[in-house]
Amino acid sequence: MLDTLLPILIFAVLALAALGAWRRVRLWRQGRPSPVPTLRGLAAMPRRYLVDLHHVVARDKVMSNTHVATAGGFVVAALLMVLVHGFKLAEGILGWGLLAASATMFVGSRFVARRRRDPPARLSRGPWMRLPKSLAAFSLSVFALTLPSVGLLPAGFFEGAGGWLLALSLVAVLAWGLAEMVFGMTWGGPMKHAFAGALHLAFHRRAERFGGGRSTGLKALDLDDAEAPLGVETPSDFTWNQLLGFDACVQCGRCEAACPAFAAGQPLNPKKLIQDMVVGMAGGSDAAYAGSAYPGQPLGEHRGSPHGPIVAREGKALVDAETLWSCTTCRACVEECPMMIEHVDAIVDMRRFLTLEHGNTPNKGAEVLDNLIATDNPGGFDPGARMHWAADQNLPLMADKGEAEVLLWLGDGAYDMRNQRTLRSLVKVLRAAEVDFAVLGNEERDSGDVARRLGDEATFQSLARRNIATLSQYRFQRIVTCDPHSFHVLGNEYGELGGDYAVHHHSTYIAELFDAGRLHFAPWKGGRVTYHDPCYLGRYNGEFEAPRNVLKALGIELNEMERSGSRSRCCGGGGGAPITDIPGKQRIPDMRMNDVGETGADLVAVGCPQCTAMLEGVVDATAEVRDIAELVADALVEAPAGAAQPSSNRPLAVEVA
Amino acid sequence: MQPETDIDASLEITVLVSVGRHPITGRARRADQDARAVELARGVSGAEVRLLHAGGQAAESEAALRDYLGMGFDALTLVEQPEGADVLGALAEAFDASPAQLVIGGERAEQGEGSGLLPYLLAERLGWPVVSGLAAVEGVEDGVATLLQALPRGQRRRLRVRLPAIVTVDGAAPAPRQSAYGPARRGHLNAVVGSVTRDEEWVSWATQPARKRPKRLKVVKAASARDRFKAAAAKAEGGGGQVLTEVSAEEGAEAILALLKAEGVLR
Repeated sequence: MLDTLLPILIFAVLALAALGAWRRVRLWRQGRPSPVPTLRGLAAMPRRYLVDLHHVVARDKVMSNTHVATAGGFVVAALLMVLVHGFKLAEGILGWGLLAASATMFVGSRFVARRRRDPPARLSRGPWMRLPKSLAAFSLSVFALTLPSVGLLPAGFFEGAGGWLLALSLVAVLAWGLAEMVFGMTWGGPMKHAFAGALHLAFHRRAERFGGGRSTGLKALDLDDAEAPLGVETPSDFTWNQLLGFDACVQCGRCEAACPAFAAGQPLNPKKLIQDMVVGMAGGSDAAYAGSAYPGQPLGEHRGSPHGPIVAREGKALVDAETLWSCTTCRACVEECPMMIEHVDAIVDMRRFLTLEHGNTPNKGAEVLDNLIATDNPGGFDPGARMHWAADQNLPLMADKGEAEVLLWLGDGAYDMRNQRTLRSLVKVLRAAEVDFAVLGNEERDSGDVARRLGDEATFQSLARRNIATLSQYRFQRIVTCDPHSFHVLGNEYGELGGDYAVHHHSTYIAELFDAGRLHFAPWKGGRVTYHDPCYLGRYNGEFEAPRNVLKALGIELNEMERSGSRSRCCGGGGGAPITDIPGKQRIPDMRMNDVGETGADLVAVGCPQCTAMLEGVVDATAEVRDIAELVADALVEAPAGAAQPSSNRPLAVEVA
Repeated sequence: MQPETDIDASLEITVLVSVGRHPITGRARRADQDARAVELARGVSGAEVRLLHAGGQAAESEAALRDYLGMGFDALTLVEQPEGADVLGALAEAFDASPAQLVIGGERAEQGEGSGLLPYLLAERLGWPVVSGLAAVEGVEDGVATLLQALPRGQRRRLRVRLPAIVTVDGAAPAPRQSAYGPARRGHLNAVVGSVTRDEEWVSWATQPARKRPKRLKVVKAASARDRFKAAAAKAEGGGGQVLTEVSAEEGAEAILALLKAEGVLR
């Protein structure tokens, strides 16, 4: 009986799954075209899955082992099951392999069950709660049904009345398991993540991210094509592989746990946002979502359709505009996502539509954008006053010199009195190291970072093109800046518009100068110090080491915060978030200053004007906020006697303090 | 302007828009007051709003005009005028041929002559009433508009004006909405030919940037914060003013004339 029942069941479920897969693919293909190398992607997929994805999952060791056992066991068991029970090839190693695989999967399912016993808030419930039972059902029934095939049980075990009953109930359990594991994979159950995720890895929009690479620059809109849509209005305006990426979400909630806006009680939850996009892609309401909602927003009030608006001009649609404007673009969610989903790309795509088509950038957004258009800086200051802070510095101008080894990019911090202290310190350090540098002076404009994150791609491209034209007049080896946002935009986003530069953060450059013996520091006499990683330096550009090396060279022993390095918590200053200023329950910089306080540090070293401004804005802070450049400038001393002189034209006296 | 449109169908509002000039950088932009005029017009329920500009179509001014389209318009009527033309005649002709019942504009242009006289001259030419410093259009019924005029220190005056009329707005009008790039790019500038009157006097003028004049410091002799607040919030004490009620037109005119002479405006 089993000999006929099992193949029918297996092949019926496989056929249904193929039908579901076809339907699912059609849902994704509603999106806009996005060319990807299909065959190369598919060929690279196993490696991306086993190496890149596993690296992210492995940050949680228990979960990673659980997943290896469960997923690995399932894939092997499913393949062997088709051979053993579908094609009756039980001889030799195949049957034993199937036993081993299903047993491994069963062990994995017990760990999944343990995690589901009292799941953390970040995990979705609902259908996900039945998953351990389904995993166990599949693995146990396959295991039991395979026992006679390898001869561990007598061949006639499933005969006779009792045997038949047992066999039938085992087949029923297997049917349940197959329904969840194979049918549900393409028809929208929790296992959908395996099917969509595998294809998402194959057709990822940022293939550079695999193999340890980094791809963080936003993708440019084609503004020359008057027909090209300006951003994303409806779910079908995403590219098809973005939609595929949303569908890959496994609802593990790591993004939610990392999101500063969610923690601050602002109406954003990256996981919910991705699930909302899935709802929009298929059409329906968010009532069935079983994870944490957007803070302050009950479930079931929002609904969408593939060709309906995501954000309504009035009333409610799929998501509210506040949700999109809460994001600080810190990329913590993207960094944490084991499925490598690109939340920030999606958010900026939707913001672009709100700004470029609705003209609806909230709060000070419109004013800042108008200022950028009219004065090339977000504050609306006179472009001719950009260098007023340096009236006493006698800075060499590129317009006079024409070329220099280092082009010092000042950023809009030149207008900010707090950041001017950082700039002065940085100039002092460069002079102490006798660096051949020059500034653009009044020829410099805002890099376009804020405009782009606020969705105003047109203003960004206008600023970028003019900056590129200015930079093309001069010869320099590299750009050094103390603003990680400028660093990121100049280094990673100007390339698409024709500007390729070697850009360094000042901490990187100072570390290099120190290593070359061009800077000498007095020993550190201050108190305990911790370091806050700016998102646009760390997660966006992978520079975690240089600032720490500089602080180490200063003789500072860091007390690292719990969330540091690639898991650093945002200061709340990125992505135009201080401009759009969506209210929450608490402020993001306050939370970050609490992190600082927990280390017992008296001083927090930063490397970003935004972080400085946000963290210094915290009331009753327990730690002082100093830029790395300031700490370095304060510690500068003359080269000790007998130290190797790296350059022959070095004067005997070096200006200090 | 489409003269065939049914006048009674809805209220027709035409907003006069000009090319502005940013106060710091001097770049062309939508003029602040004109943008407020557009916003005010958009806020009138049931009104059909058109944009009208008399001037050239240089690249820079086109970008500024498109900023108005970005406030949510499909088209802007451009009465083509060469540099240095007096646009009064062309505008008056445009209104002669159009069903506009309410014309809204900014108080004064941000560049060019910027005398602030255009609304008055246009009203005189068309024989329409003119109201300045508008804060809101509260409603229009049977060809009579109820307007809210802004007076100094936050005071408001409600006026009833028979249409057609010209009204101007200043900083008291609602702040303009953001101009969106998409509609600005898609909108059309419908150029129409207008009659050209050369401004002979303007041609002979020489213009130069205004010199910054020192500001007179306002010295407040106050011992406490309360005194300072009172000084800041106090009504200006108008000395020697007089209120004339129920006087004939001649008597009123005489009183105004006497005041202008006393103030040295007329000699």
